[in-house]
Amino acid sequence: MSDHQLRVSKIPRGTVIDHIRAGQALNVLAILGIDGRAGETVSVGMNIPSDQMSQKDIVKVEGRELSQDEVDVLSLIAPEATINIIREYEVVEKQYLERPERVVGVLSCPNHNCITNANEPVETKFDVLDEGVRCEYCETIVREDLAAHIAVK
Amino acid sequence: MRHDHLITAKQLSRENVEAVLDRAAEIDADPAAFADRHDDAILGLCFFEPSTRTKMSFETAIKRLGGDIVDMGSVESSSVKKGESLADTARVIEGYADAMVLRHPSQGAAKMVSEFVDVPLLNAGDGAGHHPTQTLLDLYTIRENAGLDDLTIGIMGDLKYGRTVHSLANALTNFDADQHFISPESLKLPRSVRYDLHESGAMVREHTELDEILPALDVLYVTRIQRERFPDENEYQQVAGEYGIDLETLESAKDDLTVMHPLPRVDEIAPEVDDTKYATYFEQAHNGVPVRMALLDRMLEDNR
Ligand SMILES: [Zn+2]
Repeated sequence: MSDHQLRVSKIPRGTVIDHIRAGQALNVLAILGIDGRAGETVSVGMNIPSDQMSQKDIVKVEGRELSQDEVDVLSLIAPEATINIIREYEVVEKQYLERPERVVGVLSCPNHNCITNANEPVETKFDVLDEGVRCEYCETIVREDLAAHIAVK
Repeated sequence: MRHDHLITAKQLSRENVEAVLDRAAEIDADPAAFADRHDDAILGLCFFEPSTRTKMSFETAIKRLGGDIVDMGSVESSSVKKGESLADTARVIEGYADAMVLRHPSQGAAKMVSEFVDVPLLNAGDGAGHHPTQTLLDLYTIRENAGLDDLTIGIMGDLKYGRTVHSLANALTNFDADQHFISPESLKLPRSVRYDLHESGAMVREHTELDEILPALDVLYVTRIQRERFPDENEYQQVAGEYGIDLETLESAKDDLTVMHPLPRVDEIAPEVDDTKYATYFEQAHNGVPVRMALLDRMLEDNR
């Protein structure tokens, strides 16, 4: 059993998001809208030594599997992450993240003058660029700190 | 998106641009031939911020084609004031009109409305975003005066918030045009416009001083530097002088330089320039009518 598995115990069923860039674990929880209020058990490991990344974060959420929308946004913030779906303590599915072409309804536009911030019946839509994302409405490009623009559901 | 909405200048191919400009030239040559082309057409005018000139220019254009307008009036007097969404307002007016013109202070407004309406929509300015019909009249003016290929153009002033600049720069990537951008450091082209220009393979050459590049230019496109963009009045005063054009500035220019400005100007171009062969900005403004006639003519023709 490897070192990090000792630090964060196994879960019966749910999702383990592994290989998150160190320091991003709380942003990952924010994306998933997890703040513990729903009563789910959440374990967070931060700055765990890793062979591949020197240090990484890891998040384990019991009783919850991620939707495709959630996976898409995760891929923008934690592109190296792997998602392990756990049933009966075993990994039944391992997903590597692929960057989507666009993300819909997840990020909010940082441009205050953008029509998506104006109380209109539209969802935000962002094209995913090689670096960052771009609002399809006002065309603002966001490269830094995407996690700050996640629209909390 | 419908092929006949015009939301951003990026939609315009060289072929589109040339078709509109050729039609505008036909109209210019014989306006009477177009006088009753669209005598049953109604154009819906939705101006959410005041813009007397752009509005009058559309109004003139549709009337010269034999059509008429419905106008939602000022925002103050409309249901918008009661809190109606833009999407709803647009869907209501769509029912009255064969085509719609939208001017709105928010960026992306036209793109959003285009998702809700079925009649052709013309973006007449969305915040600091796009202003493609202005771009077509700018291109018409450039073609008449300097030609659109083998062109060296300087675009100067507030490049950050200037939507006419953003649209023009995008459209010019269809032609063999060398674009030079001249502005104070704080008003440089925004990242998104630079991104598009790079994507289309255009070279972006940026300058802080006009005299570095003026002697090479065929066209100088000047825009207004807005005082309110500067946090501090001293900073504004420093740059304002730097980017003003007068007879002395133009001494190093080519003989056949064309000086353009989308108007209104404040003090970017001294009145003494008006009577010189360089001044093309009033002609440019007048070109708005035949160009908008050409655009409406093509749109309405497609929908007959
Ligand atoms: Zn936006």
